[in-house]
Amino acid sequence: MAREGRETAIAGIGQTEFSKRSGRSELQLAAEAVKAACDDAGVPPAEIDGLVTFSLDPSDEIGLIRCLGIRDLAFTTRIPGGGAASVATIAQARAAVASGAADVVVCWRAMNERSEYRFGRPQAGGMFAPGNGTSSLLWCMPFGAQTPGSWAALGARVYMDAFGVTNHDLGRLSVIERAYAAKNPAAWFFEKPIALEDHQASRWVVEPVLRLLDCCQESDGGVALLVTTLERARRLRQPPARLLAATQSIPFDVEVISNYYHDDLTVMPEAMGTARRLWEESGLSPRHIQAAMLYDAFTPQVLMQLEAFGFCGRGEAKDFIAAGEIELGGRLPVNTHGGLLGEAYIHGMNSIAEGVRQVRGQSANQARGVEHVLVSCAMAGAILGRV
Amino acid sequence: MEAELSDAVAAPTRPDPIETADTAFFWAAATRGELVGLACADCGDLAHPPRPMCPRCLSTRRHEVKLSGHGRLLTWILPRHPAPLGFAEPPIVALVDLDEGIRLVTNLVGVAPDAIEPRMRVAVEFTPTAGGKAVPVFRPVR
Repeated sequence: MAREGRETAIAGIGQTEFSKRSGRSELQLAAEAVKAACDDAGVPPAEIDGLVTFSLDPSDEIGLIRCLGIRDLAFTTRIPGGGAASVATIAQARAAVASGAADVVVCWRAMNERSEYRFGRPQAGGMFAPGNGTSSLLWCMPFGAQTPGSWAALGARVYMDAFGVTNHDLGRLSVIERAYAAKNPAAWFFEKPIALEDHQASRWVVEPVLRLLDCCQESDGGVALLVTTLERARRLRQPPARLLAATQSIPFDVEVISNYYHDDLTVMPEAMGTARRLWEESGLSPRHIQAAMLYDAFTPQVLMQLEAFGFCGRGEAKDFIAAGEIELGGRLPVNTHGGLLGEAYIHGMNSIAEGVRQVRGQSANQARGVEHVLVSCAMAGAILGRV
Repeated sequence: MEAELSDAVAAPTRPDPIETADTAFFWAAATRGELVGLACADCGDLAHPPRPMCPRCLSTRRHEVKLSGHGRLLTWILPRHPAPLGFAEPPIVALVDLDEGIRLVTNLVGVAPDAIEPRMRVAVEFTPTAGGKAVPVFRPVR
């Protein structure tokens, strides 16, 4: 059942280059990405009246107002959980615009994560700052689980062992994403596809679950997405990506990364909660979706999201992938930009931008006949529709 | 096994646990050589990670309970790269389901990776950290 309020759409997408060393401040990356989204839409930045981002983002609203000449913000929000909140920014921007609290809301992420923080290194301090949804990582640290890879792998192994999923199966996903990235000029790995042998030869990051080529990149860069009313979006520069549904889901005893405390670790309760709300709000079902951008910090997460959204049965994602179904020409092209593995790691925001491109018909790896695109970060999701 | 002997003889390098107001009780007990959980003093619900309010009855009256220290291995991994800080060799990081129904992140000790069997029964022991604290780890038992 559709929510109340004005219909909304993503009307603009913007990004900086994706690199390993941006050579400039995160505030500058943010301002550049937001300006690019405004230029894409054809909306002057001064008109922005809402700004949304998520935790661990070091650039802030006041700084952006100063850079962009924004007149007066009516709506701001920051969402906990790091990258698990990426699509939640769209859900919240949608709610603000639908309700009339704001008219032009920009969601952004900008970080020098590669040149300054390196999340792949053993973590101390910053990531545990209160209010980020990461406080239970303290239960992991003294036992040598100190990196996002180890936190993700510990839970993923339960799923993999339950259904006989091997690292070799994950390799197929990695190869497919790198093939997409190889055709995407914005991707760090543009023109650099890999073969399964390369994946299997890459070093173990967390044995026996994740090799290096199962892990997303570390990147410097910024991405911004402009949300406004559908009515206004129709009059702007680009084809609107209508927001048919957008939601968050953080069920009891589920958390961002050290996600071990719900009963059944072979499923993602948060993705299932997101899926349930999206299908219910939109009136759609998996068969209505022609492409999907699924958060891929680590390859097992893509398999578990495919199952949570019902694109295949439990335990069947490895077969779905092996049968070519997530490639162009398959049932459901997934992460056609190359994903966070292949394009860049802008914490899921670059994946939302790719979802918009698929709706517009502007992707470097364009799927055919796109009417609806799913974007998911498990704890949140949205269904974008062609108008 | 040699790595464990040298842990006992040389100064421990394992990182200290990060203590917060709501979790200090657990680490204090571990340093005393006790495995404890936090149950609700009103309805008895035992939950982990510990929290200051009971999600079942919303009471803030808490009750520290001594746990048996017995459980079953759920899964395990070896963090290879980058090497964890404070460990000379990759520790076996594990999830253990305690008999009391809560799940802990911990290490498996006293067993080589290729000898680990699914759902092994395990029992707690305590190992020292660099700053003179201790944390619970688990050893397979018959």
